[in-house]
Amino acid sequence: MGSPNLGLPIVFVSVLLAGFVPNEFRPTAFGYALAVTPLCPMLRIQSLTKRYPTGDIALQSVNLDVPDGQVMALIGPSGAGKSTLIRCINRLVEPTSGQIYLNELELTRLGSAQLRRARRRMAMIFQEYALVERLTVMENVLSGQLGYVNFWQSWFRKFPQGTVDEAFRLLERVGLGQFPDKRADALSGGQRQRVGIARALLQNPNILLVDEPTASLDPKTARQIMRLICELAQERGLSVIVNIHDVPLAQQFSQRIVGLQAGEIVYDGPPSGLTERALTQIYGEEDWNPERESEADESPALAGTAGERQS
Amino acid sequence: MPVLEKGSEKVWQKRDRTQALLSWLGWLVGAAVVLFCWQIIADNTNWSFVADAPEQASHMIARGIPPNWGYLNTLWQPLWDTLNIATLGTLLGVAVAIPTAFLAARNTTPHPIVRYIALLVIVGSRSVNSLIWALLLVVVLGPGVLAGILAIGLRSIGFTGKLFYEAIEEIDPNPVEAVAATGASAAQVLSYGFWPQVMPSIFGVSVYRWDINIRESTVVGLVGAGGIGIQLQASINILRWSQVSMILLVVFLTVFVSEWISASVRRLLI
Repeated sequence: MGSPNLGLPIVFVSVLLAGFVPNEFRPTAFGYALAVTPLCPMLRIQSLTKRYPTGDIALQSVNLDVPDGQVMALIGPSGAGKSTLIRCINRLVEPTSGQIYLNELELTRLGSAQLRRARRRMAMIFQEYALVERLTVMENVLSGQLGYVNFWQSWFRKFPQGTVDEAFRLLERVGLGQFPDKRADALSGGQRQRVGIARALLQNPNILLVDEPTASLDPKTARQIMRLICELAQERGLSVIVNIHDVPLAQQFSQRIVGLQAGEIVYDGPPSGLTERALTQIYGEEDWNPERESEADESPALAGTAGERQS
Repeated sequence: MPVLEKGSEKVWQKRDRTQALLSWLGWLVGAAVVLFCWQIIADNTNWSFVADAPEQASHMIARGIPPNWGYLNTLWQPLWDTLNIATLGTLLGVAVAIPTAFLAARNTTPHPIVRYIALLVIVGSRSVNSLIWALLLVVVLGPGVLAGILAIGLRSIGFTGKLFYEAIEEIDPNPVEAVAATGASAAQVLSYGFWPQVMPSIFGVSVYRWDINIRESTVVGLVGAGGIGIQLQASINILRWSQVSMILLVVFLTVFVSEWISASVRRLLI
């Protein structure tokens, strides 16, 4: 009766121990450790296809180059494959076929240990912030360095002093210098996203993968957050891929816009080239004129839906 | 929700005609089964004993009053044993249940086969009452506190393990994804992504189980697995009802205090 119970913890402990092997790499200095050759693109995606087990095709042989230091907005309707594309890059979603290169390193071929090392160079910022709510602001920011420290250092929160200094600098930079010990669930949406940004930058990445950073924020905070991301990317010379629903916001902050429609790129050009025709191509038929007198015909429409609900 | 049209009026009701009929039939059959069972139980009952029950009960209570206060002095040691059985048994159960739960939860298990083995451990432990674990262990280990601790521990693995792995499966996956995206190792994903999210329920469930185990550990003594139950068994055997009432009073107070402790600890955690 007792014998299976004794075996299991041993199995579990050995599974854990496999993860405790310290990473041989420690950060020596922050900043621009990696020399970048300007000729090759920071990120190259070649005929990337993703088919989910359900049979849905999220991406159909997508080709995309993102040069060093470019802020690229990825727009498109819900379900067009924007999130899948971003998650294929750091392989939170496994691509079905195709190649992705980061600085000439083929990400799609890496084994799990190599992938972990490569993920340190690709930081991600999430729509719902994805902070660990019961941890403090500082713990959340420092989790950006998990790929650089070993398990016990992270478990006992013994991060190298250089990392802690950098975390304080980043918190100051995103405007949360006075809150390092506040729990993440005590912050407002905008503040949480600032923690998410600090966490991402503490990874010292080459590229920022940003998934709907402003969808849960009010318009003013959304602009502040976008501005902060773009400023920080510029300061550090990072490439940025931003998934975003808000087209004017994308136009305001990005240098290049890529439109996805049903898993295929249907627009790739400057923000100024995003005409009504281009929008229709990306999103389908709609009246794109912002000066429309919408209030007049909205109220009868609302009354109509309210009436229908009773049936 | 079906809508019945009566002329121009639309009547919105919970069930349509067929559903209402089926529901009524269901209640009818249910009532018939209850009455039928009642009949069988009544036929098998010796009613003269039942008629006599209030008198027997009052005799027993009368013999138990007043409790034998002097007996209290011999109860301290078994009471201490009982608390130790409950506490150490809970710690043992939780220590095994935490890794088992991580192996059993869909989102943390290394492999489906491992998951089924872990689930088997949990179900196996849950399906046997701690009194029966105690019976078996007393045969294997001999009577005493150790058998009690193991019995309580073995039963607790299943109870806490099941609640732990459900808590693990219910966590928010987004922070886990975010931690994995930083290049963290599997162990770091567990400690940063999962552990902060499941820790409150792990502590809450453990304290709750400790509180249940205080009650259970008074019972395992009945089969010789240590603690105050041994005294209870002995006193009943020699019909010392004043000692029995003293033991029950002590057990009641202990359980009362443990419930209060467990409730306050859980309030602190939330």
